Parts: sequence; C-alpha cells; structure tokens
Amino acid sequence: MIKTSFDLRKYKMQIGLILIIGLVILLFIITSPEVFLRPSIYLAYLTTIPFVGIMGLGLTFVLASGEIDLSFASVMAFAGYVCAVMVDLTGSVTVGIIGGLLSGAVIGALNGLFIRKIGIPSIVVTLGMMFLIRGAVNLLSGGLGKSLTFLIGTPWHSILVGKIGGRFPAHALWFLALAVVLWFVLFRHRFGNHVLFSGDNEGAAWMMGINVDWVKIKVFILMGILAAFAGIIDSFRLLKWWPTMGEGFLLTTFASVFVGGTSMFGGEATILGTFIGAYLIGSLEAGIVAAGLSGFWTRFIYGFLILVAVTIHTILRKGRES
Amino acid sequence: MPLVEMRDIHKYFGTVVALRGVDFVVEENEVVGLIGDNGAGKSTLIKILSGVFPPTKGEIYIKGQRIDPRRYSVREAHRLGIETVFQEQALGIKQSIWRNLFLGREPANALGFLKVTQARDETYKLMRQVLRFRGGGVSPDAPVRTLSGGERQGVAIGRAMYFEADLVILDEPTRALSVQEVQKVLNFIRTLKDRGKSCVYISHTIANVYAVSDRFVILDRGKVVGEYRRDEVSEPELNEILIELHESRAQEEFQENSS
Ligand SMILES: Nc1ncnc2c1ncn2[C@@H]1O[C@H](COP(=O)(O)OP(=O)(O)OP(=O)(O)O)[C@@H](O)[C@H]1O
Ligand SMILES: [Mg+2]
Repeated sequence: MIKTSFDLRKYKMQIGLILIIGLVILLFIITSPEVFLRPSIYLAYLTTIPFVGIMGLGLTFVLASGEIDLSFASVMAFAGYVCAVMVDLTGSVTVGIIGGLLSGAVIGALNGLFIRKIGIPSIVVTLGMMFLIRGAVNLLSGGLGKSLTFLIGTPWHSILVGKIGGRFPAHALWFLALAVVLWFVLFRHRFGNHVLFSGDNEGAAWMMGINVDWVKIKVFILMGILAAFAGIIDSFRLLKWWPTMGEGFLLTTFASVFVGGTSMFGGEATILGTFIGAYLIGSLEAGIVAAGLSGFWTRFIYGFLILVAVTIHTILRKGRES
Repeated sequence: MPLVEMRDIHKYFGTVVALRGVDFVVEENEVVGLIGDNGAGKSTLIKILSGVFPPTKGEIYIKGQRIDPRRYSVREAHRLGIETVFQEQALGIKQSIWRNLFLGREPANALGFLKVTQARDETYKLMRQVLRFRGGGVSPDAPVRTLSGGERQGVAIGRAMYFEADLVILDEPTRALSVQEVQKVLNFIRTLKDRGKSCVYISHTIANVYAVSDRFVILDRGKVVGEYRRDEVSEPELNEILIELHESRAQEEFQENSS
C-alpha cells in the first residue's frame, strides 16, 4: 500500500497564509484593540467578503485552465440587473434568480466561444466583454439604480443573505459551501482533472482525448454563473441594485486569488488559498482605516502584500521543482 | 480482414502538404515498423489513425468498419482498442503520475467523481511491477516534472501497457531511454505479438525496428516509397535503402535550389 499519511509540506503555502492572516489580525489588535477585540468587525468581514470570494473561486478555475477573465465584475452588475428586472416583470423572485444566473452563464459561454472557437486570446475577449457589459448595463438602466426593498421577508432573501441567529450572515455559509463543492470539483472530479490538464499542457490533453475547447467554455460558463450569483446576493443584501456595482471588485478578486497562491501559468490552483486570500485582502481595508491611517495606505499595503505573497509562492514552487 | 486499413490519406496543414495519398495497412497480430526521414509524415499518419485530427481526404477502416472522420476522436480510438504513445509524450508535467496515467479515462463513480485511491494504487502497482521506477521509491502523487526524462517516457508507455489494446502505436518510444530500458520496450512489443495484438512502431533506430517488426513501411515526403516483409530484406539492406533515399532527396533539393 502507498503511504497516505497527511503530508503537511503539501499545505505549507496555505499554512503560511493562515499565519499571515494571524499576524495581520494581531497587528490590527495592537493598533486598534477597541475594534478588533469585538466580534462585530469579524461579522462585518463575513458580510462583505463573500462577494469577492465567490468570484475568486470562479477565477481560480479560469486561471487553472490557463485562461484569464476580466469581465466578471461587469457580469455581476448585469446579472443583478436582469434579476431585478425579471422580478419586476414576473413578480417571482425564483424566476428572477434563475434569469440572473442564466444571463451570467450566457455571457460566460460567449466569452468561451469567442476565445476557443474564433481563437482570440482570453485577455482580449474578456476586456471587450468587460466594457460591453458595463455599457449595456448603463444603457439598459439609464444609469439609475433599482430599489429591492420588497425582498424583505421573502424566503429567498432569508436563504441567500439572511442573518442566522440574528447575526451570522447566510451568504458567508454560501461562500464556504461553494468553496467546498468547487474544491471537490477541481481536485476530485473528472471535469476538474480536465481543467488542470487543459491549463498544464493543452496539446497533451487533446492527444489524450480531452475536448479542451469544451472544457474551457464550461469554465467560462462557471465563472459567469458565479459572478452572477455574487451580483444577485449583493443586491439582495443591500436591497438595491446600482449600475456601478462590482466596479471595485475586479482587482481585489485578482489580488485574493494571487495572494492565495494560484499561478498565472495554468495547471495549478488552490481553492483553499483563494478562500483564505479573499479574507486576507478583504480584512485589510477596515484594519487600516481603524488604525487611523488614511485610505491612501490601503493600496500601498495591498500592493506590498501581493508582491510579498506572490514572491513567496513562486519561491516555494521553485523549491518543489528542484 | 486487416485490423486497420487507411486508403489514399492526404493531410494538409494550411499550405504544408504532410501526406499525399498514403495507403497503410496493419494486419491482425502484426508488428509494422514505420520508418522514414524527419518530416516524412509518420507522426501525422498515426495521429490521424489515433483520432487526434481528421485527414484532409481519404478513408479509414478499423476492424472492417468504415470510420466517419467527423465523428472519430481519440476517445473513439480508445474505444476501438487503439492505444498510442505519442512522440510528444502527452504529459501534464505539473500533474501527478496517477493523474497522467489515467488522463481521459479516469476511474470515477456515476457522478464523475474520481476514485482516487484506486487510481493511485493501480499506478503504484504499475510503477513497481512494470516500470520499476527507482526500485519503487517514487510516489504516484509525485508531479511528472520531478521525474527524469526516461521515467517520463515510462509514464507515457505505461498508459499503453495498462490499457489493454488491440493495436498499440509507439511513436519514437525509446527516445531518452537507456539501453536496458530500450530492451524493455522491445520486449513489450514482443509480448504484444505473443498475445495476438498488433503494433505500429516508429523509430529512427533501424536496429530496434528491425528486431521486432514483421513488415516495414517507408514513408518519404508524405508518400509510401517502399514496403518490405522482414524475410525480404536484411537489416543492412534496409539501412542502405534509407540512406539512398536520404541522398536522392538531398540531391533533388540541391537541384531545386540551384535551378
Ligand atoms: N500541426 C502541424 N501544423 C503544421 N504542420 C505540421 C503539423 N504537424 C506536422 N506538420 C508538418 O508535416 C510534415 C510531417 O511531419 P511529421 O511530424 O508527420 O513528420 P515525422 O515523419 O513524424 O518526422 P520526425 O521523424 O521528425 O518525427 C512536416 O513538414 C511538419 O512540419
Ligand atoms: Mg514524428
């Protein structure tokens, strides 16, 4: 039999990340104990971070498959809009949610088809799609937001973004559940295996009978659905939809995924890393502000953290090779 | 009825003509040595047979059954019992040995979730009993990039050994292998023959091809220019034929360039 003992070294990246989070929080506790020794700040994190986190999970798949997506933050707004309009039209929240998710899937499929069937690099296609979708959202909505206060008390509102026990945000659990499911899909399912090989060596995947085009199109559909889901629950949480929704999320999502340890080169990814990375990136701003530093510091510290984390990941990877 | 019959196969890559009317047959329980210069079209021919890409023109019959090129694929080739070790090795080097071994044919439950323990155990068995990796010290979880060139080739050939096939196609399988390892590959071809299977063996090392093949097909610039049964030709003669071919080709190219 093969030794199947739990190999700690395999997880040193993730352990390192958890240590960094611990250190960051310790730093925050020292600089602003009045904020970071109370549970409310942590509940606030659980409330605000899952949106970036859920899109980060999708982006992890996209990067694992050797592609990139810049359009998901626009898709977030688009799907939120489709959902709100369909609820208006049909009076059914269920139909609205399904419609919103479908719109994300369709945009993802379009991304995938342009990339794989026409052969345009993903960075170009999704850049175009980012502007196109954001523009479409503004044109359709006339630049105006939509109030969704009628959602209060509906079952879907409680299921998606309700407060469990009056405090704990339900969507933090959705993020957790999605992370677990998507871990199994990426590392314990045929589809995930094909995603990894498509990103690792596309030619090899073809020669072993993997339809790389379809695998990648499915990855973009998954990304679209996850971005749509993030958009729907974000507008549910705030009881309103607005056309600039998600605009600040593009780069923080990338930051979360890279800090988490997923590489740009394809074939390698970490779901746990993305999960931790989202909380790490998402916790910085509040801590920096609470420490009395100006908002200008936020970007500086983001940048610093990204460079440090990615350097450590790269050195660790090189170490494994030799 | 031959196991495989390819008729009048043409293949263009844009303006490059890789194959121009090739007829190629593999009989039941036959080892065919496919030989020819660099760029002759050997890999192109066997990739068509393996379902990697369709021919531009031509017909393929497998076990007497006409193949529809639009519906043919690597998966379909696997299903029909054709197993190929590609010249490019077709490995994802960031992935583990077991993932590479089972790529495209992962053991999984009804929902598609992998049977990881089974895949790892089978890989381990193959590595120990057949490939004899460093005395079994390598874990099936090791990423392929940590393996030596010969071990990587072992993983690629291991696929063909693991999945029982009626026709095994080996494209330059002995590249990067030591003398002992080459003997293992040749023995593998002999056991295929003993078990009634067929094999297409591509190599530039004529001594190896001659040692195990029943018949030789010589390809040159996309055409079959010679076909010999083993009893029709000796190894030095076969070498001589290839050298002459090479020289006449060089001469033609020289004339083309100077005219
Ligand atoms: N995917 C491709 N795209 C364009 N041209 C190709 C492609 N594959 C092969 N060719 C061309 O087709 C011709 C035949 O190549 P092929 O790989 O079949 O030769 P080969 O006989 O296997 O050579 P070698 O012994 O060097 O492996 C060459 O001129 C090659 O450049
Ligand atoms: Mg070749």
